[in-house]
Amino acid sequence: MLKVEGLHVYYGGIHAVKGINIEVPRGKIVTLIGANGAGKSSTIRAVSGLLKQTKGTISYNGNGENRNILGLSPENIVRRGIVMCPEGRRILPHLTVFENLMLGAYTRNDKKAIKKDLDWVYDLFPRMKERTWQKGGTLSGGEQQMLAVGRAIMSAPEVIMLDEPSLGLAPLLVKEVFDIIGQINAEGKTVLLVEQNAYAALKIADYAYVLEVGNIVLEGPGKELLEDQRVKEAYLGG
Amino acid sequence: MTLTMFIQHFFNALTLGSLYALIAIGYTMVYGILRLINFAHGDVFMLGAYFIFYTGTIFHLPWIVGVILAIILTSFCGVIVERAAYRPLRDAPRISALISSIGVSFFIENLAIVVFTGIPKPVVRPDWLVKIIQIRGVRILPLAIAVPIMCFVLVAGLLFIVYKTKPGLAMRAISKDIETTRLMGVSVNKIISLTFGLGSALAAAGGIMWALRYPQIQPLMGLIPGLKAFIAAVLGGIGSIQGAVVGGLLLGFIEIMIVAFFPGLSGYKDAFAFILLIVILLIKPTGLMGEKIEEKV
Ligand SMILES: Nc1ncnc2c1ncn2[C@@H]1O[C@H](COP(=O)(O)OP(=O)(O)OP(=O)(O)O)[C@@H](O)[C@H]1O
Ligand SMILES: [Mg+2]
Repeated sequence: MLKVEGLHVYYGGIHAVKGINIEVPRGKIVTLIGANGAGKSSTIRAVSGLLKQTKGTISYNGNGENRNILGLSPENIVRRGIVMCPEGRRILPHLTVFENLMLGAYTRNDKKAIKKDLDWVYDLFPRMKERTWQKGGTLSGGEQQMLAVGRAIMSAPEVIMLDEPSLGLAPLLVKEVFDIIGQINAEGKTVLLVEQNAYAALKIADYAYVLEVGNIVLEGPGKELLEDQRVKEAYLGG
Repeated sequence: MTLTMFIQHFFNALTLGSLYALIAIGYTMVYGILRLINFAHGDVFMLGAYFIFYTGTIFHLPWIVGVILAIILTSFCGVIVERAAYRPLRDAPRISALISSIGVSFFIENLAIVVFTGIPKPVVRPDWLVKIIQIRGVRILPLAIAVPIMCFVLVAGLLFIVYKTKPGLAMRAISKDIETTRLMGVSVNKIISLTFGLGSALAAAGGIMWALRYPQIQPLMGLIPGLKAFIAAVLGGIGSIQGAVVGGLLLGFIEIMIVAFFPGLSGYKDAFAFILLIVILLIKPTGLMGEKIEEKV
């Protein structure tokens, strides 16, 4: 569905991503793990169209077309069905929960389908329903993360990319968020998950890539990497 | 002071205040979205007044058609200013865009002197707006009632757009986080153009009504009203539309009432606004209704 080939990302003189290849098959959960500064966010930010200094190709087979999307603007990419839930949640604090969700549905005009997705989001996150009219900024960190995921769902994506959804959450909430990622995937959404919580990510991923200073150093099915000695030492605490 | 005189002053203040409010909204909207003080806004206001003048004198269009045309043309100018002078500097330090706006201001003023000539032009006003009517001994221009009503309608329309429509939602989102708003599929450039268009449309309406109130127009007429409306926006809390309305009305009332009660001070009329600006910056820099400016982490 999504095929990244020879992707490079630069920030001025810094070479952050050094020609990586990633494949995200339709309907699967693929994860990208690695330490701080490995280039995980840079990779998916490049896919979302936020970065300018990039090289390579990102083929997208969805939305009834097959083309290279590298170089398209973020708004174009969202319209084609690839949405990103950014690192640090980035919900809009001065807008209500409902307005945040409606912003997620900005590209859509199909009122009925929007309502259906809204019900789905409220189903996944009952707490969002209770807090519909509350300002986003007054939610707890965990609730903000749920809102950010819900907002991404509201764009009716084919591919949903999540940047460290477990960041700063208590263990119980981490489990809840990962359960929900599983549910979203079960509804047919393809997931590209960036995580530092390697254990939780590998457990739900169909396939995983390990990124180290801009290069992919290891890849394989999630369950296999979970057993891999090198991964255990570097990312799972031995 | 008699009651009838007070009522006349009251309507004067309301008229002036609503005009300040209309112009102030343009400053506040652009600031809210781009953190830019658009110093060319007062000159866009002046263009509105000239457009209505020419639609009447050269093209002999009916007044109301002229009004609509002038508003559309002025919005268009506002959008062009953003495209040409601010968009290329979007990623540059904020001071660059600010300096660019001062440049645009000089450019429009001087271009206006060349094109329209510097000679003040008398504005022809529709009779029904300037035939003095008398209500229980209070002599009043219909204009003094029509202007505040028009302003009220325009502000209500603007608030509807900002708070009840999708582009309005996008505007409010951009003001806090441009990148995330783009990730939600919003074409930020379109929304910024829309913001300049709306702000300039209100300035045009302000310019047209200003020309009705003070029926002499000249290329530098935007300077002082522009500055004062900017002060009104700061007074109300720049970034807040409601604040701009409150600030504009307050400034209008202060100017008119001080002169009404202390006629000896009338020579200092233009200074009040600036004194007020200094006071508000000392006591409450965020303005009456402004929110705290939090640094983004
Ligand atoms: N805007 C930027 N300007 C300059 N360098 C940047 C910028 N963003 C990222 N980098 C650099 O690019 C490299 C990769 O950063 P990236 O954010 O992709 O890492 P990451 O894997 O997401 O890390 P983390 O787990 O901490 O979020 C880092 O060395 C970082 O310093
Ligand atoms: Mg990151």
